[in-house]
Amino acid sequence: MFDLSGMTALVTGASGGIGSAIARGLAAQGARLAVSGSNADKLEAFRATLDGDHVAVPANLSDASSVDGLVPAAVQALGGRLDILVNNAGVTRDNLAMRMKDEEWDTVIRVNLEAAFRLIRAAAKPMMKQRFGRVVSITSVVGQTGNPGQANYAASKAGLVGMSKALAQELASRNITVNCVAPGFIRSAMTDVLPDAQKSALLGRIPNGDLGTGEDIAAAIVYLASREAGYVTGQTLHVNGGMAMV
Amino acid sequence: MSETADRVKKIVVEHLGVEADKVTEDASFIDDLGADSLDIVELVMAFEEEFGVEIPDDAAEKITTVKDAITYIDEHKA
Repeated sequence: MFDLSGMTALVTGASGGIGSAIARGLAAQGARLAVSGSNADKLEAFRATLDGDHVAVPANLSDASSVDGLVPAAVQALGGRLDILVNNAGVTRDNLAMRMKDEEWDTVIRVNLEAAFRLIRAAAKPMMKQRFGRVVSITSVVGQTGNPGQANYAASKAGLVGMSKALAQELASRNITVNCVAPGFIRSAMTDVLPDAQKSALLGRIPNGDLGTGEDIAAAIVYLASREAGYVTGQTLHVNGGMAMV
Repeated sequence: MSETADRVKKIVVEHLGVEADKVTEDASFIDDLGADSLDIVELVMAFEEEFGVEIPDDAAEKITTVKDAITYIDEHKA
């Protein structure tokens, strides 16, 4: 089950914590990858650690023309086929709304939501021709529950969910599914540096009692990207240790 | 029948899975040939590829019949 042999995948934000786990997970199931990220050197270093014939395609997701060039470049590098698109790249610019600058709002919406839309729009073309496609976007528990200081981030992540439902309906007849995965708190460089008091308060809100890992997220992505998940579309799979049940 | 017309009709038959004799020049993609809006998008993509023409969205919206497609392509192909 969940064998991705013969499939190709584009993963954005692939050199980051969750993104690299996703890329490894897809590659382990046999998919051939185009990994993307904004830092070309870091990306190439990551690509070199993957077993198999994968390609690195850098892009700056805050720049519309760079975004629009990414899918065509990936499709070409992958030999003309794109089966799986994982919109994983995301940024935060946390601030209380009263203090949030226009630029902080714009950057988060542009990278997290607008770039995802542009990439799906471009990927739909080869996927429609193939009569097969799997799109998975990484949203967040925060898109469902909100979080003070993250009006921009929560809006972008909730936006991904609604957008994915609309696109799921548009593309379902072509055997293209569009889903989201919503991580809760995942162990990362960001959570490692939290003070102990804050960390235990955080863990107190998670019935599982522990933070999640990148591998927990990767497993959900592998499932939704698989041929077996063809009847699942417009859904959000929450991977959060039970901290929010929606 | 022009060469363009032949190729357009072939694409329509293949894509929409309709009988060739139903694909008359006056046939409307949606009303007569059972296409939905996504089929139109795909047909336009297929025409662009087959004839090497660019069909912008505002022009694509006006292509509702087989004849509309043939006329547009004849006027714009290299």
